[in-house]
Amino acid sequence: MSDVVMEGRDLKRYYEAGRKLFKPAATVKALNGVSFKLERGRTLAVVGESGCGKSTLARLATMIETPSEGELTIGGKPALVGDASLRSRVQIVFQNPYGSLNPRQKVGDILEEPLKINTKLSSAERRAKVEDMMKRVGLRPEHYGRYPHMFSGGQRQRIAIARALMLNPDILVLDEPVSALDLSIQAQVLNLLMDLQEEMGLAYLFISHGLSVVKHISDEVMVMYLGRPVEEGAADKVFARPRHPYTAALLSATPVADPGREKTRISLTGELPSPLKPPSGCPFHPRCWRATEICKVEMPPLTGDEGHKFACHHPLD
Amino acid sequence: MTDATDIKLKQQSGLGEFWYYFTRSKGAVIGLFVFALVVLIAIFAPLISPHMPDVQNQSMILQPPAWMNGGNGAFLLGTDAVGRDILSRLIYGSRFSLFIGVVVVAIAVASGVIIGLIAGYVGGWLDAAIMRVMDVILAFPSLLLALVLVAILGPGLMNAMIAIALVDLPHFVRLTRAAVMTEKNKDYVVGSRVAGAGWARLMFITILPNCLAPLIVQATLAFSAAILDAAALGFLGMGAQPPTPEWGTMLAEAREFIQRAWWVVTFPGLAILITVLAINLMGDGLRDALDPKLKRS
Repeated sequence: MSDVVMEGRDLKRYYEAGRKLFKPAATVKALNGVSFKLERGRTLAVVGESGCGKSTLARLATMIETPSEGELTIGGKPALVGDASLRSRVQIVFQNPYGSLNPRQKVGDILEEPLKINTKLSSAERRAKVEDMMKRVGLRPEHYGRYPHMFSGGQRQRIAIARALMLNPDILVLDEPVSALDLSIQAQVLNLLMDLQEEMGLAYLFISHGLSVVKHISDEVMVMYLGRPVEEGAADKVFARPRHPYTAALLSATPVADPGREKTRISLTGELPSPLKPPSGCPFHPRCWRATEICKVEMPPLTGDEGHKFACHHPLD
Repeated sequence: MTDATDIKLKQQSGLGEFWYYFTRSKGAVIGLFVFALVVLIAIFAPLISPHMPDVQNQSMILQPPAWMNGGNGAFLLGTDAVGRDILSRLIYGSRFSLFIGVVVVAIAVASGVIIGLIAGYVGGWLDAAIMRVMDVILAFPSLLLALVLVAILGPGLMNAMIAIALVDLPHFVRLTRAAVMTEKNKDYVVGSRVAGAGWARLMFITILPNCLAPLIVQATLAFSAAILDAAALGFLGMGAQPPTPEWGTMLAEAREFIQRAWWVVTFPGLAILITVLAINLMGDGLRDALDPKLKRS
């Protein structure tokens, strides 16, 4: 096993919700037992519908919140909220580049802030580092003194990436970094991310709601449903031969630029069930076309070999 | 990007944009103009006032304004009951009014913003406790509460200003708290947190600058309210004490001459009216310029 920079073991995160005067609090199991390993220079993609717990996972991984149960380690050290020594090892890029940059700060100040907080560099050294980073992500030096509102979405996302990289982190949590961007800009930003990964040996935790984006960038994929992984494994294996019906449905929803190809789109019926009242047994059974009696009763365990695991009573071949 | 687009970007930004929206409203520009005039009058009071504000001219008691029958050119707006020139007193009085506005707003904004930041940022029971206290202050009629406070602290201009600041405080606390609560969960704040920013940095450097627009508007409106309240306290004898040429106090002194010398009450009243109106108009213009929700883009 090569260099593991982040590892989560059976992570759980519960929220209390809907507490009223004469009603006990309900628990939302936003994340319900997720384990993963992230290696240096590799990309783990976490895929799922909105509400499946992927953003909660991002909040845990960036140490904004502590897991209710389970253990998260960064470089072998347990990650706790407020541990300053691990702060600079994980950084985050958000989905919406319009909300993730402080509108009252100039680009230069935004990029210098992490250095100001965490290092004792002089202002000239900081400026040099910022300008170097701006060049790397494809921004020009004169952008230093501008405000975020003067930039387009793609450029803002470059600024956000530069900000995240200022502290030289090992791990970058990418919370749907391209889903707010135009298709053409998406490709540019994804290419930039892949170049930077190669250059700096970064590990990416790439969170996305669609598989199409993930296909090009990920080494491993984890498909989540209602706070649990339903299928995980090497990206090529999962894409070539999805075993869980949910993964197959997600894959079939990905548009393919090939008009000659036969369309076998699996359309799921129904909505994502409320995480306040998850269904019994396999959480996917109300929407699954292969579901039988056992699915309503028993939770399928994660089975399969090390490189490709899935949680289903009736896996696809 | 070419130079042409660069210039366009600069025009859209900051001050230029602000000025564009501010000048959309004619009232705001007039308000700004009048307010600037009042400020200039206050600064150059010794140079432009024809007399000293507290020199009594026993032979010239209750002279009518210059354009009326029996008026005297030396006393343009007439004299009061002890022969002091009303115009000079008004000119010097503008200093007090502006001073009151500045001090009251400074006290109310400084403490209100800090309390509001803490309430909004920390939340929980502390927030609930702070907001209930503010609700209690708001439940009193503002002038009545100011009166009570002055009665406790003792009459005088400084105490009146403290009392008025305390009465204005809840507005700033509420406004800051609401703005902080919407800002604090935004991605850029979380991003700063992930970068290791501590609570002080998050509160004052990251969040606060993004909450300023409504506060600036509220501060302008509080400025005029403070002048008004101080005049009211002065009128009731609880603010600035008699020889001071404060506008409200001037009104109070002139009360008994309303019937036979209308100018002793009219001109201080007009001075208060014009100043407060100008500042309010300016505040409305500021709101249009600073509140992005009202912007037509």
